[in-house]
Amino acid sequence: MGHKSDKKLIVNGKRADGRELDQMRPIEMQIGLVNRANGSALVKFGDTHAIAAAYGPRELMPRHKQEADRGIIRTRYNMAPFSVDDRKAPGSDRRSTELSKVIRLALHPVVFVQDFPKATVDVYIEILQADGSTRVTGINAASLAMAAAGVPMTDLVTACSAGKIDGKLVSDLNGIEDNFGEADLGYAMIPSKNMVTLLQMDGALTKEELVTLLNMAKESCKKIYEMEMKVLKEKYEKALE
Amino acid sequence: MTENSVVVPGELLGDRKGRKLGQGLYLDGENVFSKFVGVPRINDVEMSVVPLAGVYLPYFGDRVIGVIESVEVSGWVVDINCPYSAFLPLSEGVEGFVDTQRTDLTKFFDIDDVIMCVISRVTKNKTVQVSMDDQTARKLVGGVALKVTPSKIPRIIGKAGSMIMMIKEKTKCDIVTGQNGLVWIRGENKAKAIEAIVMIEKESHLSGLTEKIEKMLGE
Repeated sequence: MGHKSDKKLIVNGKRADGRELDQMRPIEMQIGLVNRANGSALVKFGDTHAIAAAYGPRELMPRHKQEADRGIIRTRYNMAPFSVDDRKAPGSDRRSTELSKVIRLALHPVVFVQDFPKATVDVYIEILQADGSTRVTGINAASLAMAAAGVPMTDLVTACSAGKIDGKLVSDLNGIEDNFGEADLGYAMIPSKNMVTLLQMDGALTKEELVTLLNMAKESCKKIYEMEMKVLKEKYEKALE
Repeated sequence: MTENSVVVPGELLGDRKGRKLGQGLYLDGENVFSKFVGVPRINDVEMSVVPLAGVYLPYFGDRVIGVIESVEVSGWVVDINCPYSAFLPLSEGVEGFVDTQRTDLTKFFDIDDVIMCVISRVTKNKTVQVSMDDQTARKLVGGVALKVTPSKIPRIIGKAGSMIMMIKEKTKCDIVTGQNGLVWIRGENKAKAIEAIVMIEKESHLSGLTEKIEKMLGE
């Protein structure tokens, strides 16, 4: 966001990749790819691919971090060096530290942390391929991984992005739209409770535009919720046959 | 909701209607929701969800297999394959009076000994206590302890114990299963038994597994 570009992001009412304004990219979800994890999931939003692995509840070390009456959640968001056009320097940086924290805060409200005092749930999110909206793709993957790991939760968390490009409001931004658009919004919610767990915005929007974008993001989240439920049920119903 | 339907976290199971709430549920007003991916068990008296995934969390009365982690002054610390270690007090571990001043507790249970025990107490802060005061509780001498996913234990046991009985008969091994996901095996053919159990764990979602295991053990 914020860079100037001569390239038109919307041509004849359609976006650069041929999508309608409120259309999301093709979404794919898979569960159980990481053998050693208690639960794992791969979520693809178009060319953005995120894999998440959840471990625990397990014993929390170092011991001084243990809470006597509740467990904790630790998350790590990391972009693979090969996930972007230019090589990304491996390891933690300011951005990944911030995103790890906001993802943890987005997931925390759904977890019954009082069910596993003195223990931890560790969630590792790796971005394998980045084309915009990596944090929300990561949240969806992490939510599925935690459900697959049998972590006690009130609901799944679903997340999506929305924004403003060439003066139009759109959902699910890809990399170019994210870089050259006028505003972008990261949004996560607990669908059954209608509660927002992540709301970040970058750029300039009027109050009316923000309200419209929030409604668009909410609609997208509900569609993602249906997909998350379907993929979880299919996986385990197959196990019961 | 059919017998084999799967619920996901946050899915509404219905109104409570005065029923008892078992594990895997939470209440929001009068509405009952699932906490886990699992199978709902609902009748006129009770509602619960049996989780299909997850690590073992201790509940009162569970029969578990533990490994002695350390020997203390008045009991033993036992690893029960969960985020919390359990304590086996001397009074719950050994019958009769034991003079702790003169007795070395390792003569009863030493580090790395495997025991079948029962969870006798779980506090809110997950301080876990186990006991040997149960018909099935005993020291498991020799053999190996195998870790499997706790939710797969019922599949390993089979309907009315059919699967485990078959493995025991065909391999002539002693096999003990703990609800915490540990399986103890002793016998000459233990390699074959381990192979069978690993196969059940991997392919527990497939139908006709009993025949497949029978065939594999017959080879």
